[in-house]
This record gives sequence, C-alpha cells and structure tokens, in this order.
Amino acid sequence: MTAWEHLQIVREKNRPTIRDYLPLLFEEFVELHGDRLYGDDGAILGGIGRVGGQPVTVIAQVKGRDLKENQQSNFAMPHPEGYRKAQRLARQAEKFHRPVLCFIDTPGAYCGVGAEERGQGEAIARSMMEFMELKTPVLSIVLGEGGSGGALALGVCDQLAMMEHALYSVISPRGFASILWKDASKEQEAANLMRITAEDLVRFGVAETIIPEPAGGAHMDPEKAAGNIRAYILETLPKYMQIPIAKLLENRYDKFRKVGAFTE
Amino acid sequence: MLQDLFSKVKLRTSSYERPRRQGKMEIPKDLMYKCPRCGKVIFMEEFVQSNKVCPYCEYHARLTAQERIHLVVDNFTLLKYDKGMKSQNPIQFEGYPEKLYYLHRKTGLRDAIITGECTIMGQRCCIGVMDTRFMMASMGSVVGEKVTRLFERATEKKLPVVLFTASGGARMQEGILSLMQMAKTAGAVARHSRAGLLYITVLTDPTTGGVTASFASLGDIILAEPKTLIGFAGRRVIEGTIKQRLPEDFQSAEFALQHGFVDRIVPRDQLRRTIGQLLRLHSQTSGKEADQ
Repeated sequence: MTAWEHLQIVREKNRPTIRDYLPLLFEEFVELHGDRLYGDDGAILGGIGRVGGQPVTVIAQVKGRDLKENQQSNFAMPHPEGYRKAQRLARQAEKFHRPVLCFIDTPGAYCGVGAEERGQGEAIARSMMEFMELKTPVLSIVLGEGGSGGALALGVCDQLAMMEHALYSVISPRGFASILWKDASKEQEAANLMRITAEDLVRFGVAETIIPEPAGGAHMDPEKAAGNIRAYILETLPKYMQIPIAKLLENRYDKFRKVGAFTE
Repeated sequence: MLQDLFSKVKLRTSSYERPRRQGKMEIPKDLMYKCPRCGKVIFMEEFVQSNKVCPYCEYHARLTAQERIHLVVDNFTLLKYDKGMKSQNPIQFEGYPEKLYYLHRKTGLRDAIITGECTIMGQRCCIGVMDTRFMMASMGSVVGEKVTRLFERATEKKLPVVLFTASGGARMQEGILSLMQMAKTAGAVARHSRAGLLYITVLTDPTTGGVTASFASLGDIILAEPKTLIGFAGRRVIEGTIKQRLPEDFQSAEFALQHGFVDRIVPRDQLRRTIGQLLRLHSQTSGKEADQ
C-alpha cells in the first residue's frame, strides 16, 4: 500500500477521533482544562483516565467530526497554550506518578498571529525538553496525521506507536511539494517519496510498534480499532512502569539520540 | 560507475552555475552594497567596516560562520569539533547529494554549522555558529548531531554553551530524520541545563521553524541582533491563513522582545563584550548544581 493510499484512509471523513476513542479506551475519564497562563486550547484535550484499573494522564490532539467541532478544536492545530496545557498536565502526572498517554493527530501547530505573539516555537521546544526529562512513563500513539513539530511536541516518549494507516512527517506532502518543487499539485508524488508510513518509521527507528486497524481502516469498525489500541496500552504500559526512572530516562534520551544519517 | 560519471557531468552543467552578469553597466559586484531591508545603497568598504550593519536602517546582515567567529571569538582559540561530518541521503531525494557537494565546494563547509570550543573575552566556552549559505542553515542529521554533541561535550567538560542560531527550519530533504533532530537537541540542552550549566542563545537573521521550536528557544539567556527575523511559521504561510498583510515588524527581534521571548537585543558591535560579561557573571556558579 502506498503512502498516498494510507493518506486517503486517514482523510476519511468518518475516521474515529480521540473523542470517539475516549469511552472505548478508558473505564472512566475526567477532562481538565487550561494552561494556567493564558487560556484553554480546544485543539489539545487533557485529563485523567483509567485504563485496566490504572490511572493515566491523557493528552490528545482533537480532530473535529463536523464543522462545529472543528471550529472548537481549530482543526486540531494547537496554539502555544495547548502545548503549555500539555506541559502542565505532564508535570502533574509526574507529581502523582501517573503514566502519560499522548495521542497525536494534527496537521501541524497553528500558523497565525496570536500563535507567534505567544511563542509557538518556545511552546513546542519547551514541551520536548520537559517530556524528555519527565520522570514517569510516556507512550505516544499517532492516530492519523502526525504533522511536523506540532506533532513531535507530544511525541517525545518512551515508545511511539503508529496506527496502521497513520502518517508522520516533517511537513505535509503538500507543503513538501510546494516548497521543494514549487508545485503543490505534486502532493501524491511527494507523499510516496517522503517515507512517512508506519512501516517507514519503524524502519528508521522512529516508531517501535504498528497498531493494526480493521480491514479498510479504523472508520470501518471503530470499536475494533479501539480494542486494538486498548490491548496495546494494556500490554505495553506495565512494562514501562517496571523500569526504574533513571533507566527509563536514559533509554528515552537514547531513543532520539541515535536518530540521524551521517558519515564522518 | 557510469552513473557517477553522469552525475558529475550533470553537476557541472546544472543550474547551480553562478548567474552571468547581465546588462552593459559593469559595476564591480562588490563595490556597493544594497540593503535588502531598506533598499539603500552604500559603499561595500563602509558596510564591511561597520560589521555588515546597514547604517540607515540598522539591519544586521547575515554573516558567514567564519565572519561571526572572527567577530566574537578570541583570536586563535577556536578548536573545531566534528569537522568532517556530512549527511547521507535517507529518503533518496533526487539531487540532494549533488547539492551538498556543490555547497561544500562553494562555502568550504560540510554542513550548516560550525561547532567547537574557544574563549570569548578570556572565558572558556563551547560555541556553535550556523551559516545560512548552506541550505538556509536548515537542520538535518548533521546539524542535529553536531548540536547534540556540542551540548554533551559541554556537559562533560562543565562548560557553558554559546550558540548563534540562524535557520530556515527542518531540512525537508532528510524527511522525518530532520524532525527528530528537534527532540534530540532539546534533550541534549535539557541534560546540560540539569547539570547547572549556562546556555546563551544568540538569535541571528533568520531564526525560524524547527530551530526556533527546539534549541534556539531553550537558552537560559536569549539575545538577539536588531531587526532579526525570529518566528515559528513563515510569514507568507500566516498571511495565507489570515488573508491579510502582516505589519512590517511582525516576527522581528523587537517583536520577540516586546512579547517576552528575548532577554536583550544587542547590536553587533557590543555582542562580544555582552557575551563575555554574561559568561564572567556565571563563571563562579556554573556547574555547581551537578556537584551537590
């Protein structure tokens, strides 16, 4: 299956979002709002849930299922306050020794005047730095689109899983085509060239696991897709909770440390 | 082998050739300098003598890494790290190795950053200087690895880091590996910081994208040169989103200062002294945390 074909599935109108998954993944969930600095960003949802009896902090990018939801969640494009909310909830998780689950599903961080005024770059950079040192296990799962730094801000983790059709890239295929070839219509060609599928990322050592989707994609059977995600979490989380924190952080650093293609 | 031969021929005849001079007026190219910001023209000699700062609008023109080092680092004290490191072509992007080779021939650099160890006003530190001539100093595997090693060595040697940033962002030609350099460098900064060591960032024109969203924004002290472009998203991208023109000073160093993301704007001729002073102010305390 080509990256372009995966992309069509990810763009499927009925593809489940975190709001669909929440009740299917967690026995209970309490949403928490705000970054305590400026506001509450609808593009990043946060809260505390319970999975297999274990309390966890949940941080997730929110795609809307209709126009109204998308207006509230800004089409899953976070502002700086979204990332600062994520940082706050991550620190809270650390304080109460709760693991963190991050769900990535964004075309990218929002590009706008307010976002620049409030330091989009700083917010993303700080998130990565804080997550790198966070003294509790962090698992990240790319649900659909993992777009650029806006995705990576929730992607500094102990293990990265990709949904079978999910994509993760440095820039959208459209952006890639328009910047490098000055032709946005070459989106399909770019998608297939960029190596952005789950399999590519496992090969690069960026992702560790692929979570299978029902035949045709998660939208064909959201409950089954959720079941697979839940099974992955239940299997993986206990492993990481047993690792001593110093070792956990050492491994997390090394996971990113080793990525790169160069010669000397 | 045959392919190698063709790629060399292609390189020789490709569009990377210098544009030929056009028109009849043969003004020597390096006699005058036209400021890209205010459009005024001055004598090159005058421009160079003022450290490449436009006397009319104070635009601090981009320096090569060598020029920057000459301006800030104590003479003959720089020991370079990882000089021979160069990128591979992880997503097999057509023309990328040729471009790297061409830029190496043109600039003498292997990639967009020089790192090393030096003294500034007698204060020992680790230093990194980015150079926009090399693919707009975009961050790929080499920039990411060199910055990471810089912080790791500084942590080991208990030295402060002074980093001159300039970048168009992540290097798209290296795909997802470029993106991961953001996390990698942020992690290295975190460890250096945890060891109680000082990190001074100097934002120079232009600092944008994935570099703004990683190590450039994580300094204990963030300085910027006047009029520097500092931002996350590209101006045109934002204008496209909001469908209106942005004010002239949007994403300038002054804008960043006003919104609280820069500690000080320092004109180029005072940069060396200011950095030296800040290093000296930390020379008794730096690295103490780690010993406790």
